[in-house]
Amino acid sequence: MSSGELVGSYIVPVHPHTVLAPEQNEGWGRLRNAYDEAAQRIKDSGADLIIIYSTTWTSIIGHQIIADPNPEWVMVDHDFHELGSIPYSFNIDEHFAHEWNDANEKRGLKSRTVAYHGFPIDVGSVVALKLLNPDNSIPAVIVSSNVYANRAETTVLAKACMDVVKKTGRKAIAVTAMSLSNRMFTKPIEPKDDRIHSLKDDEWNRKILEFLSEGRLEDVGQLSRTIHRQIRVNKVVAFKPMWWLSGMNQNRNNLTGEVLAYEALHGAGGAVVHLDPQASGAGDKEYDEDDVEIFTGERNVLDSIEETSSQKVDQQIQDSTVGPKLWEPTETEDSVNSDAAPKPVGAYPHARRVGDLLYLSGVGPRQPSTNAIPGGPICDSNGSPLEYDIKAQTRAVVENIARILEEAGSSMDKVVDVTSFLVDMDRDFAGYNEVWAETLGHYGPTRTTLAIKALPTPIAVEMKVIAKI
Amino acid sequence: MLGATMSKGEIVAGCLAPHPPHLVYAENPPQNEPVAEGGWEQLRWGYERLRESLSGVDYDAIVLLSPHWQTYVGTHFLGLPTFKNLSVDPVFPNLFRYHYELDIDVELSQQIHDHAAEVGLSVKMMKNPDFRVDYGTITTGHMFNPEWDKPLVVISSNRSRDYYSVEVMQEMMIELGKATREAIIASGKKVVVLASNSLSHRHFTTESAIPEDMSKEHITSHAMHLWDMRMIEYFRSGQSQRILDEMPEFTEQAIAESDGGGLSWLLSTLDIPNYPGILHGYGTIIGTGNAIVEWPERLHKEA
Ligand SMILES: [Fe+2]
Repeated sequence: MSSGELVGSYIVPVHPHTVLAPEQNEGWGRLRNAYDEAAQRIKDSGADLIIIYSTTWTSIIGHQIIADPNPEWVMVDHDFHELGSIPYSFNIDEHFAHEWNDANEKRGLKSRTVAYHGFPIDVGSVVALKLLNPDNSIPAVIVSSNVYANRAETTVLAKACMDVVKKTGRKAIAVTAMSLSNRMFTKPIEPKDDRIHSLKDDEWNRKILEFLSEGRLEDVGQLSRTIHRQIRVNKVVAFKPMWWLSGMNQNRNNLTGEVLAYEALHGAGGAVVHLDPQASGAGDKEYDEDDVEIFTGERNVLDSIEETSSQKVDQQIQDSTVGPKLWEPTETEDSVNSDAAPKPVGAYPHARRVGDLLYLSGVGPRQPSTNAIPGGPICDSNGSPLEYDIKAQTRAVVENIARILEEAGSSMDKVVDVTSFLVDMDRDFAGYNEVWAETLGHYGPTRTTLAIKALPTPIAVEMKVIAKI
Repeated sequence: MLGATMSKGEIVAGCLAPHPPHLVYAENPPQNEPVAEGGWEQLRWGYERLRESLSGVDYDAIVLLSPHWQTYVGTHFLGLPTFKNLSVDPVFPNLFRYHYELDIDVELSQQIHDHAAEVGLSVKMMKNPDFRVDYGTITTGHMFNPEWDKPLVVISSNRSRDYYSVEVMQEMMIELGKATREAIIASGKKVVVLASNSLSHRHFTTESAIPEDMSKEHITSHAMHLWDMRMIEYFRSGQSQRILDEMPEFTEQAIAESDGGGLSWLLSTLDIPNYPGILHGYGTIIGTGNAIVEWPERLHKEA
């Protein structure tokens, strides 16, 4: 039996304009042409399976996979219903769907197949399959995007899928149906006036496409969280499709990429990108994330920034490093706690609101969830001193402060007063002071700096902050 | 033509009427394909009490806002006289495959639409006959009025919260609520307004083998319970303004389904009621908190 493989990957836009109104705007027309070109390339590749990961089909209980051999209905978009209806009738590989479902379960994922008459196939999948597989000659499968899934879970989903591709000897195409920036105009516009919603969105989109055109898929995967924060409307908790697609491509960074089109769709960024598995000779992979084979974590709803299960990591940290036990931040009526800030080392909240003032508990440089100390700890588990970088630690403190302030609806410019604690004034004051000047110093809060004997974790700096809301 | 010769319209009641499809599933109505052994009785009895409370009350139409018709380009209104189709819940297709046929009060829809447009909101009528009405609308529509013998006005959930913040969402929904109220009064019709949403909205990420196994049903965390009870306390003591004031915190911390704007809109259509709401029921569904609450506006008319 020949071993299966991925013969190509595509990133395609989700909005119905490319199907229903390509003639109304030149950009929509170019996206449509790119879609048609992609369809031709898929045909020429000899592919016998199209696998779609759709961001417009969200699920809550694990991942869902369409397993109805011939789903048929008429799709009307929730927003763009005036463009018309899209009747569909697809050729779904139900056997592959069931095998993938089993493979997911073997790898610890929650998963189920869906084969109900009238199940509403989402707009992204309908548009992608209509255009990439117009004569239904290639069987397809469609998988949902779980709202709670983190990177580990999404990577394992891809690995389970590739298990089945290999086992069944398929020549598969992987497709992510997604927007780049997904900020749309919130008012109707004339087709001729369509453009990317903001310059910032456009710049980020172009940066992503530059990476992809160099075949650097894994780099985009690693930027997913940043991309999500920068140019994504928070419909879901993270920007996941690049995690899945990178997982499908063994987290490679040296594919051969080509951007076939990039245009605006009612303000959102739509692109058709082809990634060929042929090595481009460009930057090789620098995969520095957990390479998870089997998913064991609890799904964490507030996982958008750090994706490893915080409980699990806390446990590992407590098993392996120095420092006191970590606590869940105390919840009271006025408390403000952030999953994006490090866990407390005692029974206290991250911050507390009093009137329009916000009092923060002492903030150190520990990283939320992983608990790592940027710049390194000041001593090892036996208490022997280690070399550390005070500037990196100070910068991390300021970043943690910013996260807590943001959670409370405040911001750095509203900081009123700061008390800083250094464990080694002689060694560290200059470096600390330099980072201060670049960051909080800009906003002009009052400041007091004290030298103290020790802090509860192996860190060199902590700050106590009062801010306005 | 409105005004002088016509009697003033009124809102006879406003209700928080959540839409987890599990409630319809558990009831086994003929329209729904899956078959259940029961379950979620507390909430279904709550809906019974709500229907009972309104059984002698005369009204012309139901105005409903569901968070599962999500629109990013303004607020939309169903704009054809009837919609008939099969509604399959994309998240729980195993529980909800409902054959619906519902009537729209297009005239009232258009009036609310036009009024909202006049005050500067971005609005659109939905006139595509193939459009599938979302399962939230169908579930609330069914649980509130299983006979489907009143025409509906169905309003989409504008996702401004996703674009901006809960505060901006709330400002817009309060505006929409005022426009809705004024249009109803001008229409001369008697209307019930329904906000179709849960309270705390953290789901379990697993489902038991038998979905209606009530031994598995509970709130996902103590914090979620405390938030739900706090909101219910405000409902029951007529502290609507406090609900609006705390909405940003509630919505963020309880991941509440009020993020769709339904609750803010509802309270605004009722002119921020300071009389107690009637709690008809509370229960959890796959861990989310759900309350059925009625504000009997008909008993609190302005003098
Ligand atoms: Fe819902």
